[in-house]
Amino acid sequence: MNLTIPAFFGRIAFSALAALIGAVFALPLLWFLFAPFNAQAQMGLAVPDPWTLSNFVTVFGNSYAVQALWNSFIQATGGVILVGAAATLAAYALSRSSVPGKGAVTYVLLLFSSVVSGSAAMVPIFLIISAAGIMDTHVAVILTFAGGLLPTAMFILRDFIDSIPKSYEESAMVAGASPVQAFFDVALPVIRPGIVVVVVWSFVNIWGSFLIPFVLLRSSDNMPASVAIYSFYSEAGTPIVTLLAAYSLIYSLPVVALYLFVSWKFGFRFFGGIKA
Amino acid sequence: MTTEPISTQPQRKVRNFALLSNRAGAAFMLPAGLLVSVFVIVPFFWVIFVSFTNRTLIGKTALNPDFVGLGNYLALFDPATFFQRGQFGFSLILTTQFVLMSALVGQALLGLLLAWLIQTVPPWIKRITETFVIAAWILPEVVIGFAWFAFLDRDAGTLNMLLTGLGLPPGDFLLQQPFWVIVVFNTWRGAAFSMMLFNSAFSSIPPSYFQAADVAGASSWQKFRDIGLPLIRGHIVTDLILITMWTFNTFTPFLLTNGGPSYRTELVSIYNYRVAFQDFQFGKGAAVGVIMMLINLAFALIYLRLGRKKAPKS
Repeated sequence: MNLTIPAFFGRIAFSALAALIGAVFALPLLWFLFAPFNAQAQMGLAVPDPWTLSNFVTVFGNSYAVQALWNSFIQATGGVILVGAAATLAAYALSRSSVPGKGAVTYVLLLFSSVVSGSAAMVPIFLIISAAGIMDTHVAVILTFAGGLLPTAMFILRDFIDSIPKSYEESAMVAGASPVQAFFDVALPVIRPGIVVVVVWSFVNIWGSFLIPFVLLRSSDNMPASVAIYSFYSEAGTPIVTLLAAYSLIYSLPVVALYLFVSWKFGFRFFGGIKA
Repeated sequence: MTTEPISTQPQRKVRNFALLSNRAGAAFMLPAGLLVSVFVIVPFFWVIFVSFTNRTLIGKTALNPDFVGLGNYLALFDPATFFQRGQFGFSLILTTQFVLMSALVGQALLGLLLAWLIQTVPPWIKRITETFVIAAWILPEVVIGFAWFAFLDRDAGTLNMLLTGLGLPPGDFLLQQPFWVIVVFNTWRGAAFSMMLFNSAFSSIPPSYFQAADVAGASSWQKFRDIGLPLIRGHIVTDLILITMWTFNTFTPFLLTNGGPSYRTELVSIYNYRVAFQDFQFGKGAAVGVIMMLINLAFALIYLRLGRKKAPKS
C-alpha cells in the first residue's frame, strides 16, 4: 500500500503531461476561436471587443465566396453519390458473387490505390481530363475523386457486407425474389450504416481537398472553397484576415459536424477501417 | 442425432451457392471498375509513357511530343546538379528527412505517448486532449495551413507572443527554420492517426495483464515496455508504413510555405507540381511521378505482405 503515494504523483504527472500536450495542440487553433468574431482581426491573438458577426455578414454578402461554398458542395455531393453507388454495387458483388479472379482484382486494386496518389499522378490525371475535354468542369473533379476514393470505399464496404449473414437474402430468394430484388429490398437496408460511413468519409475527403481542384480547374466560377480561399487577399497580396477567418470557420463546419455525427453513431472504429 | 447431418448438409450447399450470378456480379462491378480503371490504373501506365517524352503544357510539344527515351530520368539524376537546391536529389533527400523526422519520429512517438497517457488519465483530460489532437487531423488542410500561417506570424503571431511572454527571443520561423516548421507542422497535423491506432491496440490487450503487473508493483514504464509495447508490435509496423506513405505523398506543406523560401521545403510532391505546372515540363514531371509511384509501390508491397501474413485466409 506504500505504493499509492508515488502512484498518486505519477498519475498527476501523467495528467499534467497529457493536458500540456493537449494545450500545445490547441495553440495554433486558438486564433480561430476569436478572429472570426472580431471585426478588427489581425494575425495576432486577441479577444474580440466587441464580439460580432459582421465578418460572417461580409462573407455571405460576397457572391464569389458563397459561390465557392456551393461549388464545394456540388463537387463533394456528386463525388459522394458516385462513390456510394459504385462502391456499394461492387462491394456487394465482391462479397456475394463468385466472379472468377475477384481475389486478384481485390489485391491489384489495393495495390494501385496506395501507389497512385494525387501528388504522384497529377500529370496523367491532368492529361486524361484534358483528353476527355472536361477540363475546368465540376465533372472533372467529381470523376477524379470517385476513381481515387473508390478502392478504399470498396474495401470498407466489402468488410461490412462480409459480416452480414447471407441467410437474409437467401430467405428472400426462397420466397421468390430475384437476386437483384434481394439486393435492393433486403441487403441494401441492412448495409445502409456501412454506406453512411463511406459517404461521410468521401464527403470529408473531397470537401477538404486542395490539390486536385487546384490542378484541374481554371475559372473562378468553378473553384471550390479550398482554392477560392486564396483569393481573399488584397491587391498588395496581404490576406484580408477578417474575411479569411470567418470563411475558414464556415468552411470547416460541415467537416466538424460530420465527424461528430460519425463518432456519435459509430465511435472511433470507423477510422480504424482505413487500415483494412 | 440422425437429423443433424441432414439439416447441415443442405445448409452448407446453400452457403457455397453464390447469391449473385457471375453475370450480375460483373454488372455490379462495372461502374466501379470503369472509374477505377480510368482514374487509377490508366494514370499509372500513362505517366510511365509520358515520362519518356518531352511533352509540355503549352507550345509545340504540347500536341506533338517527341520520344526522348531516358532523357527526363537522366536530367533528374544528373550528378552535376543532383544535390543542388531546387533539383530532384535535394528534394528527395529533403523528403526522406521530412518522413523520418515528422512521421517516424514525430507522429509515431507522439502518438504512442499520447495513446499510453490517455489510458490512465481522468476522462475529462482525455476528452479535451483527444479533441484538439483530432481537430488538428480532421480540419481541412487549407484552414490548417492558414491557422499556422497566423500562428507563426513574425510580428503578432501567437507563437511569438508566447515566446516573448516567456522571455525568449521571437523569430521569423517560416524564413529562418522552414524545414523544422514543416516537420513540427506535419507531426501536429498527423499525430491523431497514430494515437487512435495505438489507443485501440492498447484497449485490445486484456486488462488482467496490467492488473497482474500492478499486483507485482510494476511501474508505468515497465508495463509499457514489457506488456504494452510487445503486444502491439504488429500495429506499430502497420502504423509506420501507413504514415510513411502518407507523409511521403503529402502536399499540405505547400499551403504553408509554397515550397520556399528558396526551395528549402520543396518536398518531392511540391517539386513534381512545380516542374509540371509552373515550369510546364510534363515529361519531366511525369518522370518524377514514376519515381514517386515506384517508392509507393515498394512500401505498398511490404504492407500487403505483412497483411497477408496476418490473415492467411484472404
